[in-house]
Amino acid sequence: MAKIELKNVTKIFGDHPKKALAMLEQGKAKDEIQAKTGSVVGVNNVSFNVNEGEIVVVMGLSGSGKSTLVRCINRLFEPTSGEIIVDGQDVRKLNKEKLREFRREKFGMVFQNFALFPHRNVIHNVEFGLEIQNADKTVRREKAEKALELVGLKGWGDKFPYELSGGMQQRVGLARALALDPDMLLMDEAFSALDPLIRRDMQDELISLQQTMRKTIVFISHDLDEALKLGDRIVLMKDGAVVQIGTPEDILMNPSNEYVAKFVEEVDITKVLTAETIMKKSQDVAYLGTDGPRTAMRKMKNNAIASLFVLDKGNRLQGIVFADQVAGLIEKGEKSLEPAIVKDIAKVSPGTAASELFALMQGISHPVAVVDENDKLKGIIVKGILMAAIAERGGNP
Amino acid sequence: MSFELPRIPLGDAIEAVLNFLVTHLAFATKAFSAVADQGIRVMESGMMAVHPILMILILTAIVFYLTRQRGVSVFTFLGLGLIWNLGLWSATVSTLSLVLVATLIAISIGIPIGIFCALNTHAFNVVRPVLDFMQTLPAFVYLIPAIPFFGLGRVAAIFATVIFSMPPAIRFTTLGIRQVPKELVECADAFGADRWQKLFKIQLPLAKATIMGGVNQTIMLALSMVVIAAMIGARGLGGEVWRAIQRLQPGAGFEAGIGIVIVAIILDRVLQKLAKQ
Repeated sequence: MAKIELKNVTKIFGDHPKKALAMLEQGKAKDEIQAKTGSVVGVNNVSFNVNEGEIVVVMGLSGSGKSTLVRCINRLFEPTSGEIIVDGQDVRKLNKEKLREFRREKFGMVFQNFALFPHRNVIHNVEFGLEIQNADKTVRREKAEKALELVGLKGWGDKFPYELSGGMQQRVGLARALALDPDMLLMDEAFSALDPLIRRDMQDELISLQQTMRKTIVFISHDLDEALKLGDRIVLMKDGAVVQIGTPEDILMNPSNEYVAKFVEEVDITKVLTAETIMKKSQDVAYLGTDGPRTAMRKMKNNAIASLFVLDKGNRLQGIVFADQVAGLIEKGEKSLEPAIVKDIAKVSPGTAASELFALMQGISHPVAVVDENDKLKGIIVKGILMAAIAERGGNP
Repeated sequence: MSFELPRIPLGDAIEAVLNFLVTHLAFATKAFSAVADQGIRVMESGMMAVHPILMILILTAIVFYLTRQRGVSVFTFLGLGLIWNLGLWSATVSTLSLVLVATLIAISIGIPIGIFCALNTHAFNVVRPVLDFMQTLPAFVYLIPAIPFFGLGRVAAIFATVIFSMPPAIRFTTLGIRQVPKELVECADAFGADRWQKLFKIQLPLAKATIMGGVNQTIMLALSMVVIAAMIGARGLGGEVWRAIQRLQPGAGFEAGIGIVIVAIILDRVLQKLAKQ
């Protein structure tokens, strides 16, 4: 279900938004509009949905309008035209009072430079949103403590922001947003001001928090690695307009134009490609109990392969058999495949990164099985297709 | 053939306006009179009720409590002691009362105006030239209209002082609130704070140091004006200086002048400390 719907949202800064909007609708370029009207097009006709419980990363370089866009969602910036529908409510139709109520109830926001209030200690910062709602003092404290605990800052309540490191400050920022237990989080470059190691920690933490919280999150970022890591879907923006919307794999595998392709080139492909995107369907398998050595041999011959994965009746992976051993069984007149099955084999989950696969595949000759959490075979990976996938995306294994 | 441009009767016009105000604003001037006069009376009689030495000790204790600095406290004790020794104690009490009452009135009008200007750009555009005008007009000129409103005396002095010392209270308040980082205000907005919540929870606390700087300036200006206002009957230390000028007594003039400096230093140190907290 769509929690947030943006329909043709446009934001123009300057004194003559109407004139600029008309020019924009005629298809005039951003620069021309700026030269003629002095108005700057911040966001240009953006439409997309954010589904419940989903993280959508809006990504673009600085000046691409991504921060402006997120501010249009809760009307910190007044959109010039278009519709913004949150929980079925047209946000642009709210009056001032209703808008404040709406902001209090629906959204938590996290800012790039943390925006902690320097005159308040940590717990009072976290309590801020509840204070604005005029929540009862004890309730306030209780919820704030809980939010602090959630971000791993239990017991830091009486420190002041300047006493904390950047990473901790942003945890406070996150706790402040979470204390309200909003359905939706708007995160404006929330981790961009942190150094890379801390940033990665915070990303991991957000992912693990999200597994229990299932919030609807709009995350703004200029970092493609971050977008690929966090985003269920990614909205790529350039010059205020959307260039491509899709899952991380979509964006990587099918960049819609030069711009996206160029962006994607920078990514360390071996970290982003996963077993799931590379694997192919296994051409054939042997079923334990049904298929004897002769059937297995015929299947291998038909597909011109030297090994065959063996599954039980529930499609669970049992092991692998190799052609020479199966031939041995046939010579002995065995009826069962059982004695030839090698049980100790390499198997990985669909989310395994290509870089790990690469390490794993050094020194084993058979294909790697990709299995889900129930050990069901999803696909296989042979060295050739791994190399091909990496080479195709311009990566360097 | 001589041709003369008629002189524009600017002065006449101003006088006409003042006369109009004097007759039609009597209720306001009476109210101001009552507040100011009563304020000074209470402060003066309060400070004169106890023996000067005891009062000096009390003031020293207050200074120490506020600043926690031994140097400033010792200076307060010795400075006020010197003033008492020179026979200027009652004049000093009078000056202090005038300054404090004028400052209280100036900041209780000035800070709200400053807040209003910070939140409303149009208001600021109107108020700013008025402030510029107020600050560049020679201080003496304020004394003249004060007389038709209030007659000679302390209330007229306070009125002139309030007008003269208010601009920094307005300016610094506006500046302080505008200097609050935009991101913090935006954050308060994002959490659904209304105008008053933003003002009292974020903007004023963060502007406090700057506003206190403005209050400091207001007090210093008030002190200088109170001295000038001796010319229209403000008495106090300024009155002593004024009398010394008229009688050509440089010694007495300097004594009173040094008294003013001592009061100024004490007030400044205390206020600076308060602004830093």
